Amino acid sequence: MAAHSCSYSALLLIICTATEAAGKTSEQPAVEERSWEATEVEEATLHEAAADKRDTPAPETEAPSPIPQPKDDFQEELVIRPLHSGDIYASFQFRTLWETDFMSGNKVSHYRLFPKSLGQVISKFSVRELHISFTQGYWRTMQWGQPFQPAPPGAELWVWFQDSVTDVDGTWKELTNVLSGIFCASLNFIDSTNTVQPSASFKPLGIGNVTDHRFLRYATLPREIVCTENLTPWKKLLPCGSKAGLTVLLKSEKLFHSSFHSQAVHIRPVCQDWQCKTTSWELRQTLNVVFDLHTSGQGKREWSLFKMFSRTLTEACPLASSSKIYIDITDDPQGELFELSPATPLLSQAMVLGDRRTFSVYDLTQPVTFGTVRSLNLLIRWKSSEGDMLRPLLHAERYVAGYGLQTGEIHTLMYNNHPYRSFPVLLLDTVPWYLRLYIHTLTVTSKGKDNKPSYIHYQPSKDRLRPHLLEMLVQLPPNSVTEVTVEFERALLKWTEYTPDPNHGFYVGSSVISSLVPSIVAMDTNITMDRPLFSSFFPCKEESSFFVRVYTEPLLVNLPTPDFSMPYNVICLTCTVVAVGYGSLYNLLTRSFQIEEPSPGLAKRLANIIRKMRGVPPL
Amino acid sequence: MGLLSDPNRRRALISLLTRLNAPICVVCYMAGVAWFMGLAFEPFTLRTYMSENAMGSTMVEERFPAGEKALATGREFAAHKKKAGGMPVDWLVKTMQSRGLEVFTQRFSRTLPFPDENKERYMVKGTNVYGILRAPRASRTEALVLSAPCTPGDNNNQAVGLLLGLAQYFRSQVFWAKDIIFLVNEHDLIGMQAWLESYHHTNTTGMDWSPLQGRGGSIQAALSLELSSDVITSLDLVLEGLNGQLPNLDLANLFYAFCQKIGVLCTTQGKLQRNDWDSVSGYSHAVQTMMLMVMKQASGRSWGDHGLFLRYHIEAATIKGINSFRQYKTDITTIGRLMEGMYRKLNNLLERLHQSYFFYLMPSLSHFVSIGYYMPAFGLLAVILLLRALDLWVQLTAPPPRTEDGVVDPEQMSSPGVLSVLTPLVISHLTGVALYTLPIRFQEMAVEHFPVSETEAVVLTAIAVYTAGLALPHNTNRLLSGGGTEQGWKVLKLVAVLYLAVLLGCTALINFSLGFILAITLVPVAAFVTPHVPKFLSAFVMIVLSPACTLLFSVFFFQELQEMPISFLDGWMLYLSVISQGILDHCLYGSLVYPLIALLVYPCWLIFWNILFWK
Repeated sequence: MAAHSCSYSALLLIICTATEAAGKTSEQPAVEERSWEATEVEEATLHEAAADKRDTPAPETEAPSPIPQPKDDFQEELVIRPLHSGDIYASFQFRTLWETDFMSGNKVSHYRLFPKSLGQVISKFSVRELHISFTQGYWRTMQWGQPFQPAPPGAELWVWFQDSVTDVDGTWKELTNVLSGIFCASLNFIDSTNTVQPSASFKPLGIGNVTDHRFLRYATLPREIVCTENLTPWKKLLPCGSKAGLTVLLKSEKLFHSSFHSQAVHIRPVCQDWQCKTTSWELRQTLNVVFDLHTSGQGKREWSLFKMFSRTLTEACPLASSSKIYIDITDDPQGELFELSPATPLLSQAMVLGDRRTFSVYDLTQPVTFGTVRSLNLLIRWKSSEGDMLRPLLHAERYVAGYGLQTGEIHTLMYNNHPYRSFPVLLLDTVPWYLRLYIHTLTVTSKGKDNKPSYIHYQPSKDRLRPHLLEMLVQLPPNSVTEVTVEFERALLKWTEYTPDPNHGFYVGSSVISSLVPSIVAMDTNITMDRPLFSSFFPCKEESSFFVRVYTEPLLVNLPTPDFSMPYNVICLTCTVVAVGYGSLYNLLTRSFQIEEPSPGLAKRLANIIRKMRGVPPL
Repeated sequence: MGLLSDPNRRRALISLLTRLNAPICVVCYMAGVAWFMGLAFEPFTLRTYMSENAMGSTMVEERFPAGEKALATGREFAAHKKKAGGMPVDWLVKTMQSRGLEVFTQRFSRTLPFPDENKERYMVKGTNVYGILRAPRASRTEALVLSAPCTPGDNNNQAVGLLLGLAQYFRSQVFWAKDIIFLVNEHDLIGMQAWLESYHHTNTTGMDWSPLQGRGGSIQAALSLELSSDVITSLDLVLEGLNGQLPNLDLANLFYAFCQKIGVLCTTQGKLQRNDWDSVSGYSHAVQTMMLMVMKQASGRSWGDHGLFLRYHIEAATIKGINSFRQYKTDITTIGRLMEGMYRKLNNLLERLHQSYFFYLMPSLSHFVSIGYYMPAFGLLAVILLLRALDLWVQLTAPPPRTEDGVVDPEQMSSPGVLSVLTPLVISHLTGVALYTLPIRFQEMAVEHFPVSETEAVVLTAIAVYTAGLALPHNTNRLLSGGGTEQGWKVLKLVAVLYLAVLLGCTALINFSLGFILAITLVPVAAFVTPHVPKFLSAFVMIVLSPACTLLFSVFFFQELQEMPISFLDGWMLYLSVISQGILDHCLYGSLVYPLIALLVYPCWLIFWNILFWK
């Protein structure tokens, strides 16, 4: 019964958010103000005073709300999660908060912890929010669960500009070029052909109430390769650089000896305190890495800081107000699955991605953490390889169907693994113009039945100018696979438009699936478990749903490609054939050939002239 | 072209061509055949060379150590296969998972149009098991495939063992940039077809399969491994795929380069290459090798599991281990090292294999004949048809008494002329349609009325329809009151000759071998047949040169080339099974040879048959 009422109320909530998202974009000014972030915050504040819950899926919620102290503040932490596959997931987060105002005209010139290069970018380009990620590899949701910070393979950049910006496109162009220099990446390849303005998928994560998507720009570069040259500038933005604290672990020879590597920078304005009287700027730098059991672990289920990063920790960053390591021990409360050494008495609980997780905490600011050897080398040793992972509630995959170089079909599969709850997802697809989508062939089916999206936003492409943009709000039935298919035709490019390696294929960026997924805790129907009676009557609490963003894999599509290996021969031969062969053949076919009579004699010609004057036909 | 626009010179040229038509045709035919035979002569061929820079040298260090372990795994696989009486799905899933792969299974079922007596199957149900090695820090956009078929009996266990061994070894390496899919497919080609169709979500042949759960992006290359003994003497490379498609030559070059490096004997068509090209036996050896390739390619069959990949523009080849009586044996560790080297090179690919040739013949593994060299042989044969057409055209237009009549275009002719051309065309094509549809359609009826099995019923119906077609011309002539004029057959023959020229030209572009073999037999028929040649003798020659008899001779010739000559009776049985296999290939995998012969080549031949019996 409880589960029923839970699902019912959550359903209401979802329907409400869904209709809002749909209604908002159907241009009703009354609903325009309210977005689904609003509902979420409302929902969150209802139960717990967490001002911005949505963007803190990481155990950040544990961090004490900033006490009035110096105007800037730096925190660092590392979360380690042993995965069921034997792999290990390490997520670094570095947060710099600065109570300042870049916008109101005054020139900010004194920087302490906040990197100057980014501060200047914010004020020069009137950036309200900036999210940039560089990822090498694809997050394997089915083996690893949900990541703390999802990111698509390659580079992703999305920026909200202040509503004072007049020429958004021009500013965006300049901004990408500047960021390209800062991060040493090919972000300058972002132009109008791969930039879109999603209407619903990307909402501001910080405070602010402007949700007019004219000030939003979103672009991905699925082909971007991420390596040390991107890591070094990223590390330089940190107050301690790579000298002290958790950053000493970030050595590229180990970080890039992994299955997955993702680094990101998020800048946004946040509330200074829970009353939200003043705002401050938050710079959050994250780095996620997954180490592989088989290649780096040599098959032995045992991990240590030294084995992962080839370094141990000796101190916290002196500039950091908090420096902690969290180890996810949820799956192993009694310690029978793996053992941790050195052990720590500190435990902490947090709601992460709809799940209540337990963490062992190591506080690096306490000297006792480092023990007598003055260095901390955490060791996780598996005792058994039992245990199955809970299937992630939402995951997706995508592929190109068909053969030949003329047409094809893009299939996007979205899996809802929740046993009894359906939930809506927002699907964002950006397809380059050279794949000409036949939007009339768009089908959405789940469980063999047509599933009509409640909201579709489609912007057709313009050749060489802008990509296709397709956004849909689709309801995923419980325990189902929803398949979105759309056919396309491959365009023949101009011969200068091909890349230097045309036979490699052309990339299509990941689809983005954003959703409020029903919580795993709320899925728990076993109400007799160790819960007080008073809490189990209305079991749906703040955790009733959580925000998830899932990226599908990018696609590699071959276009019809001319043989570039001998263009010269081809051009010469074609021209010759056309000029000589066609011309003569055309003559042969269209003319009738007759043998010329020998020219008439002088007398006859004279006679003809006379006959012509008389108006009689010539001889 | 200036030559042609001058009427006088044009007339002179045409009269020369018509006067010397027969000798020129004979010379062209001889030259065509001679050119073709010359292709196998080594000085006329090119040495193979690696075109793809990314696979340029063989400088990788192969370290695969676990040959013995792979053999043990193979034995374990064999035991489980015997126990399960087919694919040991659970064991394979568990074994692949323990090697760190993402494992998926796929079920498929297919009811054949009629029982396959060669492989004894009718209602096929099976499961494919595949594991994906995810490349570190790669975004699932590209993949390579290594497959080994799970065959009934004691075959191929070592291949599966080696596949699993390689999977384990590859898993611990860090240099992979593309996902590697390890596939064990059941029911050889049917399983492969199901897997490929599901991977690309197409359904061309009406098979039932469950959708795949895991993919690795676009597949760049695939190798299929067949290995049935613990040690081998040589490795054989099979290239011929469905509809005569071939993989890029660089794949063959890669194999050859690694065989040379590691020191494994390598063959193609089961023939070692010889160095004595200047001796007669050396040359005939090269001719044999090339002819085997031509015959295999012309059959349009997939000669290994790789053949079905080619449709999807995936370069693929089958590598077969052969254990003969030679002294020098190679152990499985060496083969593992060879595979490792090839996969590391394929892993280096930046683009799809496209640098080298897609159209080639191989007289030995180190020499090839490219399309530019072999096409003239076909061109010389096709020219005969054009010369004959020119001759007929001149005959039709030249005599002044009937200038308006007798133009090619049937519309411009007098009405009996149109009928006399159209009727045989339509009737022979209807016979072709009957040959294409009836055998499968009427198998049940045939089984009820005659004491034959379904397969025999299909084949015998096909032969019956084929033979019945020969009786048609008499009937058509009786139907037509106004037909049977001298002008009539000339127009009909002109149409038929041009039709054949277009048909063979298109076939040769797609599948040179098939086009050439058909041209060798059909061009003489098309060239000499008129109503005025001696009927009985010509009819005999025509039947001998008809597509069905060509197939019969090819069967014997193929056996002869493989040095396995057979008696006439065995040959006949083989011939029947080849026909049934051809029809099955069409129904199961979409091979186009059977419809091509039934719907186009056979009707075209019937038109000439019709001309012979023109009254």
